[in-house]
Amino acid sequence: MNTKRGSLLPRLTSHPGKRVLPGFALSMGVSLLFVSLVLLLPISGLVVESAGMSWAQYWAVVSDERVVASYRVTLWAALIASLFNGVVGLLLAWVLVRYSFPGKRVVDALMDLPFALPTAVAGITLAALFAENGWYGQWLATLGIKVAFTPLGIIVAMSFTSLPFVVRTVQPVLEDLPVEDEEAAISMGASDWTVFRRILFPSLWPALMTGIALSFTRSLGEFGAIIFIAGNMPYVSEVTSLMIFIRLQEFDHAAASAIASVVLLASLILLFGINLWQARYLRRLHGR
Amino acid sequence: MQRTSVHRVGEQRWVRWTLICLALGLTLLLLVMPLLLIFVEAFSGGAQTWWANLTDYYTLRAIGLTLLVAALTVPLNLLFGVFLAWLVTRFEFPGRKLLITLIDIPFAVSPVVAGLLYLLLYGSNGWLGGWLMQHDVQLMFAWPGIVMVTVFVTCPFVARELIPLMQQQGREEEEAAVVLGASGWQLFRRVTLPNIQWALLYGVVLTNARAVGEFGAVSVVSGNIRGETNTLPLHIELLYQDYNAVGAFTSASLLAVIALVTLLVKSFVEWRQARQRAPLHEQQEQG
Repeated sequence: MNTKRGSLLPRLTSHPGKRVLPGFALSMGVSLLFVSLVLLLPISGLVVESAGMSWAQYWAVVSDERVVASYRVTLWAALIASLFNGVVGLLLAWVLVRYSFPGKRVVDALMDLPFALPTAVAGITLAALFAENGWYGQWLATLGIKVAFTPLGIIVAMSFTSLPFVVRTVQPVLEDLPVEDEEAAISMGASDWTVFRRILFPSLWPALMTGIALSFTRSLGEFGAIIFIAGNMPYVSEVTSLMIFIRLQEFDHAAASAIASVVLLASLILLFGINLWQARYLRRLHGR
Repeated sequence: MQRTSVHRVGEQRWVRWTLICLALGLTLLLLVMPLLLIFVEAFSGGAQTWWANLTDYYTLRAIGLTLLVAALTVPLNLLFGVFLAWLVTRFEFPGRKLLITLIDIPFAVSPVVAGLLYLLLYGSNGWLGGWLMQHDVQLMFAWPGIVMVTVFVTCPFVARELIPLMQQQGREEEEAAVVLGASGWQLFRRVTLPNIQWALLYGVVLTNARAVGEFGAVSVVSGNIRGETNTLPLHIELLYQDYNAVGAFTSASLLAVIALVTLLVKSFVEWRQARQRAPLHEQQEQG
């Protein structure tokens, strides 16, 4: 479980300016070739395609009423799903690290199921569970709650597919928390809740935030799990990924690229933001 | 090591059991029941129907194509992952951090956008696709396109598993081997590989799980020709839309088994790594 932590330690070059190990040129060549061909070349293709549109055309496509409605649905659903995962993930990580109980190893292993299960499989499974005659759907129906074919279904699909992020980012941090502060505070008579709020939570929340942000990023792009359960009604339960897909099926490549460029930009900003944020709080941990 | 007098947060009996029950309940609702449902639905017509569905011509074609995609994607990303991890953990160079961030792009990008990127470039209207068309090479709406987007989507997995581990292990052992006269290949096979083999295995299994299960990106470039360019996840969608739920869940059960094997391998790898590390910790505590 500690594997991730070692990477936080800054490494000093043992021989500055001198490379002892072989394979620098080869691994640099392979890596650069691969990154250029597989990642950068296709992304530049999108830039070229979008640049072919005039600004007015571009704006008309990305601010189209139906497309804006899809941003709103996607953002809200991803926000609610990632916050839900924040709460549930923190609870699961806490229980997995702090307590021992029968079946713990199985529960721990199961946490990664949403990453290992193909999204299409998750999609049809959730749709079947929450259908009106499904295992969950019939109970929720008696309470008057409809999940399948509503925006609620989108939230369910996003939560499921991104659940492991929070658990797996909080878990190692929780494992490595020093016990001394906690024990000292308790022996001085602080209540459990106070110690959690004042001592444990401040150390945990950077990891928790990272987990929630990763979960949010993943939810923004989710497609496979959502389309089976969302009902995909324009203006109501249509996510942006699906919008791109629909434009493609209409053979409107320009419009699809324009919307995709918005999504791509948003996810790249999130990715770099999360990386910078992580680097900052890791440095702070070391400065201590 | 006298910690008996002081307790830690959340150790009272009622707090502990409330939280454990809550966590178990959530695990049951969120993870176990969905998994169970897949198999209940797949076998709802009996084992014979399950087998008949599985050996249906189009299902077998989809399985074949999915295996082909995995067989091409996994070795390619394995090679890339090892070279990249070697590069960023064994050498210092400008742009190293940027490179590490760049390979995370496939994790952040929506699969549909990933598919679109390739369609724009290699599709018949694309600037490379047009040229390829003149030379009678069709990549999109054919299996090579499916392989290409799958490589994109799964390329970070091996590197992501290896980088933290190789960084933690450091390069002293390898430097010693070089000083002792090991060649590059000997160095990798005799020193590096034994240290990283379990993480490498898990990276490969993760790559494979995602390669056989990718839906969004593949669905953009596949063209959905039944029996020709339908992978297993696309086949599931087709069956589901035809109201053949049992058939869809039959294929889904196959993919769920692959997912379960992935989880098993992960548990095994973590157990091995914990065992590898354990003696080291004891030595440190004694020293």
